Amino acid sequence: MPSKISDSVLSAVSVIPDRATVMIGGFGLAGQPQALIDGLIEHGATDLTIVNNNAGNGDVGLALLIKLGRVKKIICSFPRQVDSHHFDEAYRAGKIELEVVPQGNLAERIRAAGAGIGGFFSPTGYGTLLAEGKETRTIEGKNYVLESPIHADFALIKAHKADPLGNLIYRKTARNFGPVMATAATQTIVQVSEIVEVGDLDPEHIITPGIFVNKIVQVTA
Amino acid sequence: MSGAPLSRAEMAQRVAADIPVGAFVNLGIGIPTSVSNYLTAEQEVTLHTENGMLGMGPEAHGDEVDPDLINAGKIAVTELPGCSYFHHADSFAMMRGGHLDIAVLGAFQVSAAGDLANWHTGAPDAIPAVGGAMDLAVGAKQVFVMMELTTKSGAAKIVEQLTYPATGLACVSRIYTEQAIFDITPAGVVVTDVFGEATVDSLRELTGLPLLDQTA
Repeated sequence: MPSKISDSVLSAVSVIPDRATVMIGGFGLAGQPQALIDGLIEHGATDLTIVNNNAGNGDVGLALLIKLGRVKKIICSFPRQVDSHHFDEAYRAGKIELEVVPQGNLAERIRAAGAGIGGFFSPTGYGTLLAEGKETRTIEGKNYVLESPIHADFALIKAHKADPLGNLIYRKTARNFGPVMATAATQTIVQVSEIVEVGDLDPEHIITPGIFVNKIVQVTA
Repeated sequence: MSGAPLSRAEMAQRVAADIPVGAFVNLGIGIPTSVSNYLTAEQEVTLHTENGMLGMGPEAHGDEVDPDLINAGKIAVTELPGCSYFHHADSFAMMRGGHLDIAVLGAFQVSAAGDLANWHTGAPDAIPAVGGAMDLAVGAKQVFVMMELTTKSGAAKIVEQLTYPATGLACVSRIYTEQAIFDITPAGVVVTDVFGEATVDSLRELTGLPLLDQTA
């Protein structure tokens, strides 16, 4: 099997075209693949649809991508934070489209895409603004909203260790959206702290099997 | 009842004291987080954080700070023995699937039917952000709300009908305020405890609701 290891961040992300839908892992800065986002900024792809829990923190990573005007639309659960000033400015200027999704529905819509599920009924959001216009159903006396899968062209995620087959382990709460996003994209590109030999990861401990991973780049802190 | 209205710390103490032994609990961002200060080791409560951890420990300080280990408020926290990590879809399956016993949340308003508003003011210039609030509201077996009973202008935040956009419908079971504790029941809103100058009658006048009196 050919190795999935890329020798540079830029070569790994330069396949991402304009107008792509890109999932970016992370919850705040934990698990955010900073180097891959920097590579995406350098590569220059624009008119992107981004799927992330947040809408950027501070002045780096996703926040910088938004500041530079590369993001046409963002699908996220929690855009407004104390340090989301670049998003706030772009949103108030009408330069970015926002789809707010409850966090669990966001995770499950991504999971559904990766698992080949065409939609699912969720109780979350029933009777709220975020369910307006969506099909509802009462099942065994409880009310649900039909939610659709979110697919992506690319997922950019961060893991702790990988082997050349793309098997991944994560670290603490930096795992967050990585495993589900890896399943939902046509191509998954992973930033890792360390690449180990095939056989070095305990198969019982692998969180993301390599079948979901296309490229790995080692980025040492 | 005599004494003063409850301070925020006393509210957190009351909530902590009402959490049953062995419960799995999610504490919302803000005031609810302070409940963890009053949970005792004997209660053996396991804290869940939506970003993928059970068995969350106290806030991290100094050398303990690890950027890969944060809570839902993005504050650095610590591990307790027996903790576990999982991805986001599993974390919310835990919540939505009814595996968490109690979520403690803040609120803008709660209706007499237990509808919760805590995510969006509805103001035209507000940027909506929901996070995990809607999932917690419908997912946990019980939702406890901690809030001041009135707005800055003195209007009651327990209301007949929500005027803010809803987070979830008929999801709140109990409300802790500085003036009183309320249970939302099929029979109506029940006052179980009053503090300071508050009486059930004064609370009826404030809220305009036919509150039931179960104060001891």
